[in-house]
Amino acid sequence: MPDLLLELRSEEIPARMQRKAAADLKKLITDGLVEAGLTYEAAREYWTPRRLTLDIRNLSARSKDVREEIKGPSTKAPEQAIQGFLRKAGLSDVSQAHVHSDPKKGDFYVAHLVKPGRDAEEIISELVPQVIRNFPWPKSMRWGKESAKPGAVRWVRPLQSILCLYGPETEETKVIEFEAGGVRSGNTTVGHRFMSDGQPITVRRFDDYVEKLEKAFVVLDAERRKEMILSDARNLAFASGLELVEDEGLLEEVSGLVEWPVVLMGEFEEEFLAIPPEVIRLTIRANQKCFVTRPSGEAEKLSNKFILISNIAAKDGGKEIAFGNGKVVRARLSDALYFWHTDQGNLPDLDKLVASAEKFGLDLTKPLDQRMARLDALNVTFHAKLGSQGARVERIRGLATHIASLIGADPALAARAAVLAKADLQTEVVGEFPELQGAMGRKYALLQGEDASVAAACEEHYKPQGPSDFVPKDKIAVAVALADKLDTLTGFWLINEKPTGSKDPYALRRAALGVIRLILENDLRINLLDMMKKSSESYEPEKVCPEGQDVQAWILHTRDEIVRDLLAFIHDRFRVYLRDEGARHDAIDAVLNADTDNLLLAARRLEALIVFLDTEDGQNLITGTKRAANILAAEEKKGTAIAAEIDPALFTEEEERALFAAITSSRADVESSIAREDFSGAMRALAALRGPVDTFFEKVLVNDENEKVRSNRLALLTKIREATGEVADFGKLAG
Amino acid sequence: MDAKTHSHMDPTRSFQGLILTLHNYWAEKGCVILQPYDMEVGAGTFHPATTLRALGPRPWKAAYVQPSRRPKDGRYGENPNRLQHYYQYQVILKPNPSNLQELYLGSLAAIGIDPMLHDIRFVEDDWESPTLGAWGLGWECWCDGMEVSQFTYFQQVCGIECAPVAGELTYGLERLAMYVQGVDNVYDLNFNGLEGPEKVTYGDVFLQAEQEYSRFNFEYADTALLFQHFQDAEKECRHLLAAGQPQKEGDIHKLVFPAYDQCIKASHVFNLLDARGVISVTERQSYILRVRELAKACGEAFLLTEAGGANFEAA
Repeated sequence: MPDLLLELRSEEIPARMQRKAAADLKKLITDGLVEAGLTYEAAREYWTPRRLTLDIRNLSARSKDVREEIKGPSTKAPEQAIQGFLRKAGLSDVSQAHVHSDPKKGDFYVAHLVKPGRDAEEIISELVPQVIRNFPWPKSMRWGKESAKPGAVRWVRPLQSILCLYGPETEETKVIEFEAGGVRSGNTTVGHRFMSDGQPITVRRFDDYVEKLEKAFVVLDAERRKEMILSDARNLAFASGLELVEDEGLLEEVSGLVEWPVVLMGEFEEEFLAIPPEVIRLTIRANQKCFVTRPSGEAEKLSNKFILISNIAAKDGGKEIAFGNGKVVRARLSDALYFWHTDQGNLPDLDKLVASAEKFGLDLTKPLDQRMARLDALNVTFHAKLGSQGARVERIRGLATHIASLIGADPALAARAAVLAKADLQTEVVGEFPELQGAMGRKYALLQGEDASVAAACEEHYKPQGPSDFVPKDKIAVAVALADKLDTLTGFWLINEKPTGSKDPYALRRAALGVIRLILENDLRINLLDMMKKSSESYEPEKVCPEGQDVQAWILHTRDEIVRDLLAFIHDRFRVYLRDEGARHDAIDAVLNADTDNLLLAARRLEALIVFLDTEDGQNLITGTKRAANILAAEEKKGTAIAAEIDPALFTEEEERALFAAITSSRADVESSIAREDFSGAMRALAALRGPVDTFFEKVLVNDENEKVRSNRLALLTKIREATGEVADFGKLAG
Repeated sequence: MDAKTHSHMDPTRSFQGLILTLHNYWAEKGCVILQPYDMEVGAGTFHPATTLRALGPRPWKAAYVQPSRRPKDGRYGENPNRLQHYYQYQVILKPNPSNLQELYLGSLAAIGIDPMLHDIRFVEDDWESPTLGAWGLGWECWCDGMEVSQFTYFQQVCGIECAPVAGELTYGLERLAMYVQGVDNVYDLNFNGLEGPEKVTYGDVFLQAEQEYSRFNFEYADTALLFQHFQDAEKECRHLLAAGQPQKEGDIHKLVFPAYDQCIKASHVFNLLDARGVISVTERQSYILRVRELAKACGEAFLLTEAGGANFEAA
């Protein structure tokens, strides 16, 4: 069967778009072919900065004929109905219709229609221009003379040529003719922009295409370009006693910037190594798209050699290129060095910062303190409704201090950490590389002699950033991290900016998950509701209360409701978290209720419950408890009297006495176990109920003729429900 | 003139040689070689030969040097790379020819950049000018990791779709000259290509001006006067646009270029005010919008003129 080769060659495609574009091309073309009734065996996409290529193997040559029958009216139907049928079926005369018989309906007309299959060539020549026209580029443009016409084709950059070849593996292939964006399809392409002779290359099929491109200095396969870059870069570094600092994102990007990768080494002055390694790496990566290296065996320290990927094998072996890149890198690093030094020096106009310094207890002889004072003094906005960064830091300080006192951390240190945590937002390095926020704060904090925990908190209070991110363990960092996240959650809840569907611009789901992980992974006993109320009270009501509402009424009635709503949101995230951890849906429901605000205890209770449910005692107790609950529900519905208290004198059977005794003693055990947070113990105490409950249901008839006895027995059933309810809502448990 | 025959006119030896080589190159490609626009502008794009001529259906090819003023970039002559007044070399071709990239690479070769010795790249860069209501797609052109030009296919100018699209090339002349001359400080550039007592450097020509204008931009410019100038320019622009309006169907607009001058003026005055630090972050946006409104109105009026395509019939 024939193969199809398609190449769309354009001017340089942004590196970040290439991979997806090639995948989109494959999907759109193959979907279109299949939809048109063709089949194929395999399809693979390729890309370079200047081309998207698709190689489809064993494509059927023609789509199958499609047969269709259209039922018409009875042969005895009026002429008008028959004419209508003929028009609908596209027949010119009734003689073209067949007559079918049906034992009930009699004879009726049927049109036998054959939609003939189409040649693959025809399908492709229609499909490709259509795909080009509707291609999902993130941003596209018009170009050239064609752009004067309405509805001109758009592409990511001007389209230069289209190669579209079709034919069997062993025979000659032919060009599938079409036009798109002013470009006619053909059987030629061109090689490397600089290294080839620039003459058109005539292609027959995929095999010679790849081969001829390679001779014209184009490596078609991006994965191969990546491998070449990586192995050459490693070898080049190794030869100088260095190792490459690998960077998958950068590798992907540079492989999309070159058709013929040539790895070279450049260098900069050693004095720049005084700059922190991450800053060097980011400077060289972001601006120059080069890799950094480190001396073999070093974990952090970088070397002054960097690796660059050129698109040509230059006549001089790359000397000029390495030299030129070195010059640019040096200019960038001297900026970075300047930033790094500036951040450790004094700010001008310190006298303007005095008021802010007093507010936060800052020491204006220290650089980071100055930066925090400036963050406050400049009145930098955090969010239009939630106020300035300074106000935010003040709130976080209050909450962090409070949390510290609850979790056994030094409140004064927590306050200091909270005050310095956002200071690095005012540093030059973070201004240049926002992704270094936190990391720079820690460095500068250590440089000015802060406590190690305070420095750690500057970096770690942003964490965890997701389900698998690092969770701080240092108590000071934990206190600030929790305060920061709770402040954010409460603030956005107060102004009703909650996540909806897929939209969560302030990453509030992530913040909630952060709160959950901080609490659980550090064994924190914290009552969230108290904490969030405290946080909500730290916002000025006038600022967050919706316009037009009475502020006093809002404080009295609405504010706490909002906090309850936030707790429900955290419960939702908690449920997701627990399910991801493998907990049963119904068990989670049995443990959580609207008031749960100590997540640690809820998680422990759940853990014990899950273990208990896997035992025979557990299973039977659920059955017993449910039976009790069902009987009670039925009787409550009928309005049967149920005694408020149990009267032991009304017991007639041994089994009910035994059950009562068991409930009384195990309930006491459950309560004391829970008080000790010993949830396994509570489960064991419940397990003791299983036997008496089973025997009770076996031997005792609840519906005794004596109304008083019955009412007393029903009361006993309520005690079963109450006792198990101490641990979990058994009614929510499945089977 | 063959630049190579006079070694001091070699584009790798003199700043003026670089400019003249580009002029020759683009003149040979059919461009009209214009002189700089005689008003203060922030970039070569503001020249009416680009902003206005990019609009409408008429073909247009032009190249020129445009002195560009960025008051905020003043460094009192102390920074080796940053200037508040510098030169851009601007080329505009409408519609863009299909070999525009090759033409551009040819111009680099003409000024002594050998693509088999230097790594030339086209790196994604989406261009946008909020003040002109303009955007386009294209690249930063890199030579050995350094950005030496901007390459843009205009999609919209003055808020109007370009039909056809024009290709715009902007060379940062000082940076390019520093590269080909192998000089690290802009003020050390050889301006006239001569040596010894005859040699004139970029610093000889511009250092004093950089120092004086930095003082003006940051310290002495009279902000009250500038605010007044902004308002006057805005008012005059609107007034001229209204006065030149076509009176009846089929008439043309009669005052577009003078009106556009006022738009340019307002834009430069805004840049000066910004450098003086008297425009707050929130106000900044509204000033940009006011200039954009003027640019849009000028662009719309231009379409009602001969050069803008009134009475134009495609060949």
